[in-house]
Amino acid sequence: MPVQGFMYPNEIELQWSVLIVVYPFVTGLVAGAFILASLERIFHVGAVKPTYRLALLTALSFLLVAPLPLQLHLGHPERSLEMYLTPHTSSPMAMFGFVYLWYLMAVILLEIWLEYRREIVLFSQSTVGWRRLLYRALTLGSSNISEASLRVDDRVGWVVTLIGIPSAFLLHGYVGFIFGTVKANPWWSSPLMPVVFIFSAMVSGIAIVLLVYMAMMKIRHEPIDMRCVDTVAQYLLYTFIIDFALEMLDLIHRISVADESFRSLDFLLHTRLFFSQVVLQIALGTVVPILVIGFIQIFHVPEKVRRLAYAVCGCLTVIGIFAMRWNVVIGGQLFSKSFLGYTTYKLDLISREGELVAAALLILPFLILAVLVKILPPFAEREAASGD
Amino acid sequence: MNRIKDAEHLFRLAAAFAVGLALFLLLRAYFVPKSFGQYGHYRGDALAELSSKPMSYAGHQSCEDCHGDVLQVKKAGKHAGVNCEACHGALAKHAEDPASVVPQLPDTAVLCARCHEENIAKPKAFPQVVSAQHSGGAVCKTCHQPHSPLLQPGGKQS
Amino acid sequence: MITRRKLLMLLPAAAFAWEYVLAGTPELAPGYNRNEHWWGMLLDISKCIGCGNCVRACATENNVPEGYFRTWVERYQVADWHQETPQVDSPNGGKNGFPPGTAVGGKNFFVPKMCNHCVDSPCTQVCPVGATLHTPDGVVLVDEKYCLGCRYCIQACPYGCRFLNPTKRTAEKCSLCYHRITKGLTTACCESCPTGARQLADLKNPSDPIHEFLRTHSVQVLKPHLATGAKAFYYDLDGSVR
Repeated sequence: MPVQGFMYPNEIELQWSVLIVVYPFVTGLVAGAFILASLERIFHVGAVKPTYRLALLTALSFLLVAPLPLQLHLGHPERSLEMYLTPHTSSPMAMFGFVYLWYLMAVILLEIWLEYRREIVLFSQSTVGWRRLLYRALTLGSSNISEASLRVDDRVGWVVTLIGIPSAFLLHGYVGFIFGTVKANPWWSSPLMPVVFIFSAMVSGIAIVLLVYMAMMKIRHEPIDMRCVDTVAQYLLYTFIIDFALEMLDLIHRISVADESFRSLDFLLHTRLFFSQVVLQIALGTVVPILVIGFIQIFHVPEKVRRLAYAVCGCLTVIGIFAMRWNVVIGGQLFSKSFLGYTTYKLDLISREGELVAAALLILPFLILAVLVKILPPFAEREAASGD
Repeated sequence: MNRIKDAEHLFRLAAAFAVGLALFLLLRAYFVPKSFGQYGHYRGDALAELSSKPMSYAGHQSCEDCHGDVLQVKKAGKHAGVNCEACHGALAKHAEDPASVVPQLPDTAVLCARCHEENIAKPKAFPQVVSAQHSGGAVCKTCHQPHSPLLQPGGKQS
Repeated sequence: MITRRKLLMLLPAAAFAWEYVLAGTPELAPGYNRNEHWWGMLLDISKCIGCGNCVRACATENNVPEGYFRTWVERYQVADWHQETPQVDSPNGGKNGFPPGTAVGGKNFFVPKMCNHCVDSPCTQVCPVGATLHTPDGVVLVDEKYCLGCRYCIQACPYGCRFLNPTKRTAEKCSLCYHRITKGLTTACCESCPTGARQLADLKNPSDPIHEFLRTHSVQVLKPHLATGAKAFYYDLDGSVR
């Protein structure tokens, strides 16, 4: 029997599947990667500069994949344009469509274009065939890369990044808001939800850029800039502390208030969600990285060990944040709104909303990133020197 | 002058955005259903569509118009408040064209138990029995006339 | 009591209504003005016998797919004073009635559930495109030609009355038999309820006896703390009901 206790008959089957876990996970990575990029641009944290372009490209890769889990989940994806044509302004989901579009067009694409414009123009002149056509299209017909024009780019880019920071918060905070405003569901309904989502997004985004950077350097047989990764890890730690504090606040508040939903949520935490929440999200995904990176701040740890520690912590973090999304989305649907019963989530392997599709959607951004780094090399100097 | 020349690429970008916006507005004009917004933030035509779905239940008034004799019996008995289709099922098709659909008489052995089989949650004052003990296997129709089911003292049909 | 006189007066009205049952296509009964009605429902717990007629009738009238419910009946068994821990069951939504049940030493009763056609419905609020709507006569409906199937409304409903139709892949729920009530008939569930536990109410009609009942008796709605403006009113509802 999949149902324990009593559930309203229509509640037994879950409505939002693993794809709706993938979606906030992916948009969270976007927001987090962008915040890391902005650290250098706005806050002049020079040490993380090597990750700047990579962070932007990573954000774009994940941003392009973000709509896919939604399209696969919809009953009528062919009608999804309706969200842009007749958006219901009281619906967080509708307004999110515009936030996404704004972020894609006015922040990410614009910032990447301004950052890479010089290379785009140069490549449009130096390459041949379809590549030449691609770069020429990207120049929008302008080949002006004089010092003055590049200075204009830099200044506009600075403004874009500045606007981009609240936009990134809006992008992922909105996802939190989509859940946070569902008063029918006490696991979701909380003003803390958007804030928790933002900070966990930042944590996952910083971790993914850290991992991608270290992986890229390994693939290219180049030395990892330790000052860079040490600083990135520090920012990861600071963000983690805030994230952990917020999540603990939510938990302690719930235990203290113990309203009608508490017994249900408590039961879930001890049973169906024990592994994903207590073990994966809290213990391995948050406490271990905080302790390890914290240790590195206090005691001297040799470079090689630090690199290994960052790699492991990065992976644990990303898995932990995925678990967090799982616990919110799936966890929130496992208990009855009557608070008298529980159901189980049946995750298929091969179906439109199954494991394989979810895995494919998580791998796809890296494939896109692999293409993007070929078209828009993040480590420009070396590429230009070695020719195309 | 120079300033504009150096920012020329940004003007091109702005133009590209403007084209995109114009395209969007065109799409909107074409695709949004004409009746949208008539009564609220929804397709006004939906109200007409949802009002004109086909019916399966005729409603007791339709039954009583033809079966006045049964009505006379029923309204004097304990089942006065029980509508015809509650027992006889959905019969709009029969009401529409009586000859086309001949309703099956319900099996009282199954039908009556639905309401009158004893259940802990039924209101105490509601007539309910444990059918095995009550009739010793005989179907309800043996003693009770469904349209006026209460038996007079002595077990005779009223 | 229906006297012969009353019946004669009702006949012309019946003829009218009958014609619309036959015709099927016209939008409304003549003279039905959407602004003159405000629909709700009265559910009398003291009368519900858990026969499941309403669940079956609704399924027939509205082609509700097996395993999903536009309306359903729950059975509550509250032991002694333990209001917070009732024993609740709803085998197949109560569609085939209920098994006899064992005593728990307290209150036992049935509770029919349905869409509450809330005035401030959270489902309408969250629909991203305007596929779920409030009619001018107070009914919450789903436009199945416009629905994306995103399921946000299903998440947002506190009462669990919505589901995704597996063949149409759009959200679905009780429509208060809009196609019937706009033609002067009652809903399928009310029509088939043998005890009058379910009664349609027109909250804009001062001479509607059900409206009168609501004005003069203690009634409750489900989850009032969520301020949904529910219009499914329960009489004799125990505090243990969720």
